[in-house]
Amino acid sequence: MNTTAQLLHSKKKTILESWMSNQLSDQGLRDDLISNEELHKQSDELLNGLARAMATGNTDNIYAAEYEPITEILSDISITRARQGFSPRETGMYVLSLKKAIADALEQELAGQHEQLYKEVMMVNRLLDSLSVVTFETFIKGREEVILRQSDEISEISTPVIKVWEGILALPIIGTLDSARTQVVMESLLQEIVNTGSNIAILDISGVPAVDSLVAQHLIKTVSATRLMGAECIISGIRAEIAQTIVHLGIDLSNIKTKASLASALQLAFSMNRIEVKSHSKSTTFGFKR
Amino acid sequence: MDRIPILKLGPFLLVTIQVDLYDRLALNLENDLITMVSKTGARGVLIDISAVSIVDSFMGRILGNIASMSGIMDAQTVVVGMQPAVAITLVELGLTLQGVHTALDVEKGMELLQDKIGPDYLQEQDEEEELDDRTE
Repeated sequence: MNTTAQLLHSKKKTILESWMSNQLSDQGLRDDLISNEELHKQSDELLNGLARAMATGNTDNIYAAEYEPITEILSDISITRARQGFSPRETGMYVLSLKKAIADALEQELAGQHEQLYKEVMMVNRLLDSLSVVTFETFIKGREEVILRQSDEISEISTPVIKVWEGILALPIIGTLDSARTQVVMESLLQEIVNTGSNIAILDISGVPAVDSLVAQHLIKTVSATRLMGAECIISGIRAEIAQTIVHLGIDLSNIKTKASLASALQLAFSMNRIEVKSHSKSTTFGFKR
Repeated sequence: MDRIPILKLGPFLLVTIQVDLYDRLALNLENDLITMVSKTGARGVLIDISAVSIVDSFMGRILGNIASMSGIMDAQTVVVGMQPAVAITLVELGLTLQGVHTALDVEKGMELLQDKIGPDYLQEQDEEEELDDRTE
């Protein structure tokens, strides 16, 4: 058993305390996200695991079986921290601040024995460095999961199909249209056509920043699929720049009904469904007449 | 051999496909339907594919063929009740079935057919009746 392992056993309390004070003294610590007791509990658990693992004599290979509990605890901590919105610095400092605590304890223990002190400190350094790499890896993995979930959510909530009138659906598209999104848009639109029995769908692209040939291709596909289902599709919200790019790219939209604004598309839909909208002369009651 | 029933409904033919079409069945249908169109002098063909969940390029082509063939024989074709998944598949296959009319369900398809050929046909019928009246 090496000195550090012994030290971790005998002076666990002091090390834990100095580690905790290191963590708490960090300016960036978000005590609003994690309570002191919880932090204490986590740290205690980790230190126990580390002491057990180091007692086996293995101080290099953190992928060995005896380090499994530690990497598990660390992954747990960093993933929860990533989800809670901790910064990378806070998460990194968690492991790195332990280094200082152990080094301090070693310095006291091995005062005067420079050579051994150097060896032990170097060993602790190496070990904690590799552990902090693990922490970072899992932290970033946790963050990526968050991003992935968010982009899923965005693509789900950003394609609402609105029933604007009996038999008329509107679908405002906001953001860039890529293949994956078109698929979602197309599926939800077609499903809604079946559910509501609508015969006209208005595709509003005023929220699409740019239209290239691929986006146009996707739009044409959606229109064709709607037509196959037995409904008409009107594309509205075509801005001047978009009209320019479409013509410059040589995309043929001549057999698709296009309108400049959602209002005029709705007007067209009304006349196609033989619906008349009238405003009463008395301003108090707005009556829509079918 | 399996056959898909073709029902005569006034001036129209109604075909409801209740099973998944395999190639031979689709070919038979094409054959039978065109024979029926020529035999009955139907003015419109309504194909209900609401129960079809699987479609391939061959089936898409058959639908297109039926439409063009009946078109030559002066009968309009309306395909109704296509499932979203089928529509997406056909579009991905590049088969947009130009020349085929579509509607959401049989009811709307019938309305569409009547709109397309109804007035002329009814007028013709009336004229024929008038002629009959006079000859009597």
